Amino acid sequence: MPAVLEIEGLRKTYKSRRRGTRNALDGFDMRVDAGQVHGFLGPNGSGKTTTLRTLLGLIRPDGGRMALLGHEVPGALPTVAGQVGAIVESPQFFPHFSARDTLSLLAGAGEVPAARVDEVLELVGLRDRAGERVKTYSLGMKQRLAVASALLKNPKLLILDEPANGLDPGGIREMRTLMRTLAESGMTVVLSSHILGEIQLICDSVTIISLGRRVAFGPVDEVLAQHSSGAVRVRLEAVSDLPAATDALTRAGVRVTGHPDHLMLAGVDKPATVTRLLAENNLYVSELAPVAVDLESVFLELTATAPVPGQHRQVDESTKVGGTGQPGPTGGGWGA
Amino acid sequence: MSLYRTELRRLAKRRFTRYMSLLGLLVLAAVVIGVFFTNEKIGADQLARAERQAEQNYQEQVTWAKEARASCEQAKSAGTANDGRYPEDCSVITPPPRDQIQAEWFLPSTFNFRETFAETLIPFAAILALVGFVVGASFIGAEWSTGGMMNLLLWRPKRLTVLLTKLAALLTGILAVTLPAAVLWFAGFWAVASFRGSTEKMTSGVWQSFALTGLRGVVLVLVLTTVGFALASLGRHTAMALGGVVAVMVVGQFGLGILLSMASVRFAEAWLLPTYALAWMTKKVTLQDWNSCNANYSGECEPNTFDITWQQSSVLLSVGVVVILGAALWAMRRRDIS
Repeated sequence: MPAVLEIEGLRKTYKSRRRGTRNALDGFDMRVDAGQVHGFLGPNGSGKTTTLRTLLGLIRPDGGRMALLGHEVPGALPTVAGQVGAIVESPQFFPHFSARDTLSLLAGAGEVPAARVDEVLELVGLRDRAGERVKTYSLGMKQRLAVASALLKNPKLLILDEPANGLDPGGIREMRTLMRTLAESGMTVVLSSHILGEIQLICDSVTIISLGRRVAFGPVDEVLAQHSSGAVRVRLEAVSDLPAATDALTRAGVRVTGHPDHLMLAGVDKPATVTRLLAENNLYVSELAPVAVDLESVFLELTATAPVPGQHRQVDESTKVGGTGQPGPTGGGWGA
Repeated sequence: MSLYRTELRRLAKRRFTRYMSLLGLLVLAAVVIGVFFTNEKIGADQLARAERQAEQNYQEQVTWAKEARASCEQAKSAGTANDGRYPEDCSVITPPPRDQIQAEWFLPSTFNFRETFAETLIPFAAILALVGFVVGASFIGAEWSTGGMMNLLLWRPKRLTVLLTKLAALLTGILAVTLPAAVLWFAGFWAVASFRGSTEKMTSGVWQSFALTGLRGVVLVLVLTTVGFALASLGRHTAMALGGVVAVMVVGQFGLGILLSMASVRFAEAWLLPTYALAWMTKKVTLQDWNSCNANYSGECEPNTFDITWQQSSVLLSVGVVVILGAALWAMRRRDIS
C-alpha cells in the first residue's frame, strides 16, 4: 500500500537563552498508508502538534525528511496543499465572520467551488447555524467548523488534531462515523487525539510519540499484541487448591501472582497448557481468562505517564525511547 | 488571482474596515461642511459693510485718542502724570491714519479656491492616512491574532505571496476609498468656493499643481497604510502597530522635540517626522533659527533658514517603507507560525 505520509528522522530544536536547548522532535519517524485511519498519540508536550505544524509548513524543521502524497515537503507543499485538509490544535477563526463567510473565503482562496461550502456545512451539522457569527459558537461548534474547513477541499489526506475536543457525546459518535465514512470513500485520515477509546475503535493503525520520538507504531492489533503481557487469570473449583496450583505452575516455569480467590499468571503463550498442567495435578479450573490489554494501558506504559498516587507528574515527565521507560524530568516538550 | 479577490472580499466584509472608512469620510465631510458655513462670498454688500465697520473702528480710535489726550493733559495739570501711564507730550496721542484701518480686515472669511485649496489637501491626506494605517494594521493584525493567517497558509503555503497579496488587496481597497474621496473633496471645495468664495484665476498650471499635491496625498495614504500593515504583521497583532506609532509619536517625537528644544538645537523640527510629511505635501518647509541674525540691506535681522524639500521627504518615506516592509517580509519568511 503506498504511503501518503512519510516522516524520517524529523528534528526540531528550540533554543532559548533562558531555557536552554530543547528537542521538540528528536529524530521522529512516521508512516501512514493510503486509505487508513491512523491514530497519532502522545502525551501533552510530546511533539504531536509540532510534527503536524512542521509537516504542513508552519514550522521550519532542523533536519529530517517529510513527504506528503509522494511529494517531498515543505518544497512541494504548494503542489499538494490542495489535497491535504488539516486542522491543527484548537480551531481558530475570525470571530466576527459567520461560518458560511469563513468557509466561503477559504473556498475562494483555494479555488474550491462555492457549492462545496453548503455540502460541508451539512456534513458537520452546522447548516442551520451557518449564518451566525463564529464568536457565538460553542467550542464544539467551532470544532465542527474546523473539520468543515478541512473537508472543504475534499482532500486525499485529512489531518485532524484533536477533532473531538469540545464535542458532546453525540458529536463524538458522529465524528467517529464521519471518519470511517471518509476512510471508506478512500480518504486517508490522520487523527491526533487523547480519547484513546475512540482511537482504538476507529483507527487501523497508530503511531505513539513520546518526547519527540516514536515509541510504537503499526496496526492497532499488532501494537496491542506487542505489548500484551500474556497475563491469564485462573480460578479453581476449590480455593484451597490455590497453593498447590501455584507450586505446579511455578515448577513449570510460569510466573504466578497469588490472590485470595484466584491466581494471575504471566508469560503464558498458550492458555491450554495451563489447563492441561493443572488437570494432570488433579486441580480443576473453573475460570481461565486471558487479560486483554487496551490502547490506554499500552499508551500509559509506553509513555510512562500513568498516574502514581501521591505524585504530581509534570508535563515534560515522560519516557525516553529506547530507555528503561522510567519516568523522569527531561528536556523536550516545547511547542507541542 | 483568486486569493487577491478573496482578500478584497475579506477586507470589505470586515466591520472595522467599514466603520473606519465611514468615520474617515464623515470627518472629511464635516470639514467641507464646516468650511462652507464659516465662509461667505464677497459682494458689494459685504464690501460696503466692511467699509462701514472700518470707518466705525476709525471713529472709535479717534474718540479714544481724544479722551486719552484729555486725560493726559488733565493728569499733567494736576501733577499726577508721572506714574508712567501717559507720555511726556500729550499731543503724541493721536488716532491712526484713516488709511491704516483697512476695510479688508472686516471682510468675512471667504474661500478662494486658488489660494486655499492646496492647504485643504493636507488634512485630507492626514485623515485618510490615519484610516489607512489603522485599517491596514487591523487587517493583518486580526488575522494573526485570531489564527486566520495560519488557516490561510494551510490553503496557500506560499508565505510571501500570501502576505503581499493581502497587502495588494488592502492598498486596492484603500485606493478605492481614497480616489473617490479625493474627487468628492475637489468637487466639495469647488462648490464651497463657488457659493462661499471665489473660483477665479484657475489656470491649467494651478490645476496641475493641485493634481500633483493630491497625488502626493494619495501616495502618503498608501505609504502609511503599508507601514501600519507591516508593523502589525511584524508584531502579529494590531496593537503592535498602534502601540508602535503611539510610542514613536509620544516618545520619539514629542519627547525628542522637547529635548531638542531644551538643548537649543538649531532647526529642531528637522528631526521630527511630521515636518517631512508636511514638506511632502507642500513641496517645501522652511525652518528658521530665531537665535541667529543676518542683517539685510535695510538693517533688519533675518534668521538662518533650512529648507526641507519633498524630494528629501520622498527619500525618507521610501527608506521607511522598504525597511519596515522588508522586515515584515523577512519575518514572514523565517519565523515559525504557531
